[in-house]
Amino acid sequence: MIKKEMIAMLLAGGQGSRLGVLTSRMAKPAVSFGGKYRIIDFPLSNCINSGVDTVGVLTQYRPLRLNAHIGIGIPWDLDRNIGGVSILPPYEKNVGSEWYTGTANAIYQNLEYMESYHPDYVLILSGDHIYKMDYETMLDFHKGSGADVTIAVMPVPMEEASRFGIMITDDSRRIIDFEEKPEKPRSNLASMGIYIFSWETLREALVTNRDQPGLDFGKHVIPYCKEQGRSLYAYEFNGYWKDVGTLTSYWEANMELIDIVPEFNLYEEYWKIYTSSDIQPPQFFAPESSVERSIIGDGSEICGEVRSSVIGSGVRIGKGSVVNESILMNGAVIGENCRLEKAIVAENTVIGDDVILGAFGEAENETKPGIYRDGLVTVGERSVIPSNVRIGKNTMINGETTAEDYPGGELASGRTLDKAGERE
Amino acid sequence: MRAIGIILAGGGSNRMRELSRKRAVCAMPVAGFYRSIDFALSNMTNSHIQTVAVFTQYNAGSLNTHLASSKWWDFGRKQGGLFVFTPAAKAGGNIWYRGTADAIAQNLDFLKGCHEPYVIITSGDCVYKMDYGKLLEYHIDKQADITVVCKDMPASVDTERFGTIRMNEESRIEDFEEKPVVAHSNTISCGVYVIRRRQLIELIERAQAEDRYDFVRDILVRFKDAKRIFGYKIKSYWNNIASVEDYYRTNMDFLKPEVRNYFFREYPGIYTKVVDLPPAKYNVGVRVSNSLVASGCIVNGTVEDSLVFKGAFIGNNCYIKNSIILNDVYIGDNTHVENCIVESHGTIQANSYYKGEPNDIKIIVESNERYVI
Repeated sequence: MIKKEMIAMLLAGGQGSRLGVLTSRMAKPAVSFGGKYRIIDFPLSNCINSGVDTVGVLTQYRPLRLNAHIGIGIPWDLDRNIGGVSILPPYEKNVGSEWYTGTANAIYQNLEYMESYHPDYVLILSGDHIYKMDYETMLDFHKGSGADVTIAVMPVPMEEASRFGIMITDDSRRIIDFEEKPEKPRSNLASMGIYIFSWETLREALVTNRDQPGLDFGKHVIPYCKEQGRSLYAYEFNGYWKDVGTLTSYWEANMELIDIVPEFNLYEEYWKIYTSSDIQPPQFFAPESSVERSIIGDGSEICGEVRSSVIGSGVRIGKGSVVNESILMNGAVIGENCRLEKAIVAENTVIGDDVILGAFGEAENETKPGIYRDGLVTVGERSVIPSNVRIGKNTMINGETTAEDYPGGELASGRTLDKAGERE
Repeated sequence: MRAIGIILAGGGSNRMRELSRKRAVCAMPVAGFYRSIDFALSNMTNSHIQTVAVFTQYNAGSLNTHLASSKWWDFGRKQGGLFVFTPAAKAGGNIWYRGTADAIAQNLDFLKGCHEPYVIITSGDCVYKMDYGKLLEYHIDKQADITVVCKDMPASVDTERFGTIRMNEESRIEDFEEKPVVAHSNTISCGVYVIRRRQLIELIERAQAEDRYDFVRDILVRFKDAKRIFGYKIKSYWNNIASVEDYYRTNMDFLKPEVRNYFFREYPGIYTKVVDLPPAKYNVGVRVSNSLVASGCIVNGTVEDSLVFKGAFIGNNCYIKNSIILNDVYIGDNTHVENCIVESHGTIQANSYYKGEPNDIKIIVESNERYVI
């Protein structure tokens, strides 16, 4: 018999549409972060560092990049004879084939996978947060408190509490009530979307509620467990935890990495973050280059100036170009004498010579003002921008653009130029 | 592929000076993130050789750590794999490898147990890329007993530290001198050989019976007339790193774009163990010029015309020039390092001053208490 005390189920199927064009061709957990990483590297590394060596990754939206990245799990040491990482897509059944319609529904559809490991506990994770957390400590808390369900929470400023799911606890951290995005929060403990369930509790709740449309942990499963009189506890986490759900928070979280002593430190010897990287050579700085307050990935060639930026692996920046407060993902190529201000340039994008990103004054984005904002210029992956164009703020460019797309060599602030089609 | 591979990685070298105290030459870090043996191993795997034996002896610790998993070179296979042979205690007396031929002789069972008809032998201290498949084709075409890979060195290079070769028009080797006092040729042996497996077993057994232990002296030089030994000339990049001067020069070659392109970008690649370091980080007041910086480094000072290897820390206001900073070195603030190689894991205290000469590279071995970063 195979037996694992705790297995993890990692929800990685969501699109993350608030990241705009960054998730047009890949699921949010696959989006690059911090130079060489992808968002999913953080929960996966947390798993192996916590001694959880059996992880089911539930995929649905655009899984190719995730599948390729995870492979058989070698970078995280999750290539195991027993357990290891398994990718779990939705599948066809005799009757009632369906997509994953909700977070808990996705877990329910993989009951058989979980049962095969005879777990005592199941850890539910989502693949879209940046943090380092020891799930083993959380499990100890779960066992020690005699909980059926433990929900990881973190204290947030009271004024922001109304943006989160809030847990109200007694002195022993037992959850006595919870409220979703309350107007007048009674507590500041926000749910992090990380749960430990005792196996029987989880199985019973999923099976009983299987016909609930869009079965969701926060909306259905947790309230159900509460109603049934299960004991729910809140596990308080006080480290760095960042939701990178919007372009602005994604940009900010990247920028936080370049502080002299960043709050989220990637340079610690223990609790390493692992990733699959096929580019490893050192980075080269040409004689005329300059660099300050930046992190730069392997194999990049810098001939220009890099200031306060996060640069991925295999990036090339041409002579005379200035990159400021920007994020360049793996394989981006910037020509000569360009100027990039607050740009997010996705993977393998090619930018010609004498291009300005982030020119002109502010203007609201014409198509998605809630996404492309705060002066950011966002360029989708494998895009091409021709030489001699000036591009304004709050803009989005996607696909192979040519000089004809820029009348007068300009793209005004707030414009959206999508030649690939965001949902292609 | 119809060959197995043998990598001779046992040697130390006095010419590496202090750098060989810690490790075998084949485990020397190269170009910021490789180890020297990665070149031979990657060439093997890129040539579809599935079974590779590595003979180690001198200071094998870091080499064995590097080879602890063979998956980085794709040798973690059901068929074949990577086999590391270090001298072991045996019934009948414990004997070190007394030479390259002796290393093979002491592990002859391995060679006998293989079924591939050919053997590619290479040293592990050279920086090069080679398709051994083409080499084997040439060997078969020439109906050679042994084929030796060789390269014409520029007249300016002093060839006396290599084996030198003279060939006739059909590339058959007429003269082979190991480390000659006065070199008669500027064609040198690159330390890469092809030989039929049965032929090798036979020659090794013969050498063993006569208490001869060196592959070059006791087999190549001795049989150069009796056997058909051919040369296979290469024109591509090849360098040996087994002396401080060669090591320094070879590393500095990676500051040239054509060398970087050839090894870092062109197909096929050179692989190495993955160490999971974060991207390099640059703080305020940094100047980096014509230099390579590997992952995991934190740079605060000035680096010019230098290589900074994985995980190094360079303090505020430092000045690093024409130097090689090896893995995990910590350099305190206000330190001047010029024309130096800083040994790995070293800790240099703040306000230090080290200066070598361009033709006399200084090696810095400092093991001070490491400050908490």
